[in-house]
Amino acid sequence: MVLGNYKECVSARATDRSILARAQDGGIVTQLFAFALDEGIIDGAIVAGQGPEPWQPEPIVAMTKQELLDAQGTRYNICPNMALIKEATRSYGLDRVGVVGTPCQMQAVRKAQLYPVGMRYVGDKIALALGIFCMENFSYQGFEAMTEDFCNVKLESAVKMDIGKGKYSVYNSSGEVKQMPLKHTLKFVQPGCHVCLDYVANLADVSTGSVGSPDGWSTVFVRTKKGDDIWAKAMAAGCFETKPIEEVKPGLELVTKLATDKITKNQKHVDERATFGVKADGSAKALRNPYL
Amino acid sequence: MAEVVEKPAEKPGDVKIEQKVEVTKEEKPVAEKITAGHVHLSGCTGCLVSLADNYEGLFKLLDDYVDWVYDLTLADVRHVPEMDVAFVEGSVCLNQDLAVEELRETRKKSKVVVALGGCACYGNVTRFGRGGQWNQPAHEAYVPIGDVIDVDLYIPGCAPTPQQILHVAVMAYLLLKGTDEQKELATSYLKPLMDLAKRGTEACGCDLMYDVINQSLCMGCGLCAASCPVRAIEMVYGKPQIDTSLCIKCGACYAQCPRSFLNLDVINEFEGIGELVAAAMATGGE
Repeated sequence: MVLGNYKECVSARATDRSILARAQDGGIVTQLFAFALDEGIIDGAIVAGQGPEPWQPEPIVAMTKQELLDAQGTRYNICPNMALIKEATRSYGLDRVGVVGTPCQMQAVRKAQLYPVGMRYVGDKIALALGIFCMENFSYQGFEAMTEDFCNVKLESAVKMDIGKGKYSVYNSSGEVKQMPLKHTLKFVQPGCHVCLDYVANLADVSTGSVGSPDGWSTVFVRTKKGDDIWAKAMAAGCFETKPIEEVKPGLELVTKLATDKITKNQKHVDERATFGVKADGSAKALRNPYL
Repeated sequence: MAEVVEKPAEKPGDVKIEQKVEVTKEEKPVAEKITAGHVHLSGCTGCLVSLADNYEGLFKLLDDYVDWVYDLTLADVRHVPEMDVAFVEGSVCLNQDLAVEELRETRKKSKVVVALGGCACYGNVTRFGRGGQWNQPAHEAYVPIGDVIDVDLYIPGCAPTPQQILHVAVMAYLLLKGTDEQKELATSYLKPLMDLAKRGTEACGCDLMYDVINQSLCMGCGLCAASCPVRAIEMVYGKPQIDTSLCIKCGACYAQCPRSFLNLDVINEFEGIGELVAAAMATGGE
């Protein structure tokens, strides 16, 4: 299950110039949601809007293409999108909800559907769940420290961040790129990420991320019947330019490698938690394992 | 001048009904139903309403899968009968002999006891009862049913959702009457809810602190905040902040959290299970 179940994997980018202009990579999420909004497949989508602090995301329900465009781009700190999943069907009145999220948030989507403990008539209204690749996430304060203390860029003057090729990069408003080695960011990773066993959002309808594809393109996994149906419609409508994943560099090999690395490292962490403490008789005392 | 009608219209009793009542016989009588019932203790009937809120799903359930053998609100049966699955709503008042006796009897006569809803699982709002209320001022000790009998499975939440109740009912049916493969799936599905029953009879928004954040497991998805029926949880800097003065102790947030339990063998099959439940609930056959 390193890459999860999928029906199709391609390298893709949006054809809409206004979306590509400010896209993190291939503009897949924005383009797919914009298409789904147009077609009435979704009535709105839960995306990362702007929070009270600079570069702090806050979940919002986007109901127009402009709102989707305003929410574009990656901000490397926590955006609790699932907090709006019920509200989207209530005060926003959506019958068909789109939601984008990290692999753990896709797990939350599926748990909400399979074990709807507090999700009265919510699960059946989740019409499109888009997952994004994720190695780990940072608390706002950790992200602030990385950007301001390590990269010496005030958050207010940053224009883009990305993670790739072993570095955390910050682009500032005067066009400079400031970088720090990814290994120095480890101490700022939110602890809950260390038990995560999913890199490519195995449980999404469609998942996407930059890894595996050339700059400006994204790797896309089409996973579920629902995802397949919507992806096919979007392709037929000319929303995306695609290349077979086998023909691009670095391709699935790198995705597989990073996914395997993440899962191996974190499985080890999960295992270590089982013998974290010591009982009176000298045997191991465990921390809680969420997968049991 | 209007014509005077001298003869009154015929009395309804004189009207002959020509229409034949067609006696329909079930073509495929489902012999393999499980028996289940609703035991009503100190709850508000909201859990039962939630079951009914499955609408046509409830009819399908009763038509094909479950004989509803006991339910003070819906069925004319005055005494707890033998049943496969008892859904118990409400906490139990220790000061009311009848309630305690009904609960003991339920345990003795049921194969599986399900605590239906926050009150039965954790006490929920009845945890705040201290007696002195009209018209039973001496009724002051309300405890989750797990403090009095062994409980097999929890469905937390206030109210528990129609969908969660339906999932448990379908899975209970598969567990008792399904193929080996279905039994295995149902067992995996129900296990975490059975583990919740073993975990204890206390719940609070604080569980998110004690058993998720303090255990280094929270990743800030926000699902707890969405699941709270009283909006006691706000996400602050990506983590839940709980207003414990609002919390009613229903247990929904912790049970809903993907880091309380996430049985990957079940979750990975989400698409198939969704289709299975949909097919089971589809009218006109399986």
